[in-house]
Amino acid sequence: MMVGAGTSARIGAIFVKELVQMRRDRITFAMMFAIPVMQLVLFGFAINTDPKDLPTAIHVEEQTPIVRTLLQALETSGYYDLVLETPDPRESARLLARGDVAFVISIPAGFTERLIRGERPQLLIEADASDPAASSNAIARADAIFNRALRHDLKGSLSPLAATPAPFELVIHPRYNPEAITQYNIVPGLLGVILTMTLVMITGMAMTREAERGTIENLLAMPAKPIEVMIGKITPYAGVGAIQTTVVLLAAHFLFNVPFAGSLWLLLLGVGIFVLANLALGFTFSTIAKSQMQAMQLTFFFFLPSLLLSGFMFPFRGMPGWAQMIGEGLPLTHFLRIVRGVMLKGASFGDVQDALVAMSIFTAIAVGIAMLRYKRTLD
Amino acid sequence: MTGLAIDVRGLVKRFGDKTAVDGVDLQMPHGEVWGFLGPNGSGKTTTIRMICGLLQATEGEGECLGYDIARDTDQIKLSTGYMTQKFSFWGDLTIRENIDFVARLYQMPKRRQKVDETLENLGLTHRQHQLAGALSGGWKQRLALAAVTMHAPKLLLLDEPTAGVDPQARRDFWDEIHHFASQGMTVLVSTHYMDEAERCDRIVYLANGKILTQGLVSDIITASGLFTFRGEGDGVRRLAEELKGRKGVDYAAYFGAALHISGHDRDLIQSVIGNERSADVHWEEVRPSLEDAFIALMARAGADQRVHA
Repeated sequence: MMVGAGTSARIGAIFVKELVQMRRDRITFAMMFAIPVMQLVLFGFAINTDPKDLPTAIHVEEQTPIVRTLLQALETSGYYDLVLETPDPRESARLLARGDVAFVISIPAGFTERLIRGERPQLLIEADASDPAASSNAIARADAIFNRALRHDLKGSLSPLAATPAPFELVIHPRYNPEAITQYNIVPGLLGVILTMTLVMITGMAMTREAERGTIENLLAMPAKPIEVMIGKITPYAGVGAIQTTVVLLAAHFLFNVPFAGSLWLLLLGVGIFVLANLALGFTFSTIAKSQMQAMQLTFFFFLPSLLLSGFMFPFRGMPGWAQMIGEGLPLTHFLRIVRGVMLKGASFGDVQDALVAMSIFTAIAVGIAMLRYKRTLD
Repeated sequence: MTGLAIDVRGLVKRFGDKTAVDGVDLQMPHGEVWGFLGPNGSGKTTTIRMICGLLQATEGEGECLGYDIARDTDQIKLSTGYMTQKFSFWGDLTIRENIDFVARLYQMPKRRQKVDETLENLGLTHRQHQLAGALSGGWKQRLALAAVTMHAPKLLLLDEPTAGVDPQARRDFWDEIHHFASQGMTVLVSTHYMDEAERCDRIVYLANGKILTQGLVSDIITASGLFTFRGEGDGVRRLAEELKGRKGVDYAAYFGAALHISGHDRDLIQSVIGNERSADVHWEEVRPSLEDAFIALMARAGADQRVHA
């Protein structure tokens, strides 16, 4: 075929038509700008692979200038944020399991005396190592932090102690994932990611499909109440969620040998609420989107922060406060606490109660919005 | 229940600043077949949707089968059958699955038997496992009609049910509508086809969201105040362009080889024809067709609209 003046005219015609159609689809148009902005903000400001200010509990059995120096060095290092002091060493396990703190640092009685005598007393750091990325930097720097701090104090008659090796023995107990196997942290988290991605999207699309194909008019003309439509529409996908959960849990156990320290029933309760939260959100999206394409875009718009701000890919505690606040509003954040807590830390109901409540509140709000927005008429 | 199947007063529906329906009153007795006519965008579909509870009226009130159209939409949905303009059953379900879905939603007793019967009556038993989306236009309409009448509704609302369907299928479709009417069902059907309009007990003509006229076919022709002359012969081919626009000629159109000219002033038309009387065109006065009447009505509505705009 000839390529002539006609070609450019025809390309021009199609170009203009495409431009007009692109502009007319408001949600798509908005997404084309919102998604890059969101990515810039999240990747640029929220994500930090070298998390600082990790909440730390201390258990100190003596108060001496040297101990105070050590604690102050921890604070000023920027990695440790000493948030509480626990008098009971048994309490530390619970604090870590609940996720209240990332580290518990114990300095036993007689530490200073033994240090001065050159007996290399022990200094214990218990770490929540379930996410190796979150804890490894802080742990790796601990020795240097203490050494540098003591160099100031160990002067005069104590100066021989400042020489290597360090005048104390740093004992590190990386709990829950002592070998720092990344999969132990990723695979349980992946369950949440998979459920979020598929369930929000397919429920969003299932309802939008009716509107896009015009079958909604027929459905509305027949005697079915909104809640009946919603439950009827969502239930099959809850089944999909159950199958996905089974597959991931089996793979976690047999393929990746992820430990399962806690109660399966507690985990399933968490999965159940999490699945509901996602289904309700998908239904809500379907009441906003006008086409299946838009439903997919809304899903992506939700999925991106879920992936980045929930603590799945990057340490939750490494993020600035505003990003953590957004993260707290995402069901995936809470689900990750439950699934990692139960599987890796053997968390009890009491330990994950807050996360369960948070997901339930999210679900209730999503259902409420969906019911308000779901129209019984074509208005 | 009142004596009327549909009794709505002053129905208004606005979408933003656009008024789709602008004060419709409709009193339709039980057991009749009424035709709902009017140009595209005149508000037929919107009115039907308000009657069956799919849209909330902006203003106005009324009852459908004795139920309040604003409050009792659940009851209305249970006892009406509404067939949408566009095929709105599920193309990715089989014919049987579609029928079965409707039967389940209406909680029909002896469901399987009812579904079998419906398929049998439709003549689709041997194709019941095909996807509904694969059916031709005419069959889709029949499937939809069967599905919306399965629960034996008292009122049937059909929105342009035969658009794009071949003449034989249209005729069969109307036989079914009259069959339902003979069983006591009330039927309101919107259409653009004049032959279908003439099959109705009464006609309601809507333009710009208002009822322009209603009544028997003959009433509407009389109400149009139209006089029509029919010209035949070899010379008639070039005449339309010449006669259009002449004073007294509202409308000139070919029906096959014949030319119809219509107007509201009989003497004026006759004088126009008189001037054109030639050996090869033969003129006679005929009864205006329903189509003539409607086009005259539409033209008048358009003129009114321009005056009021």
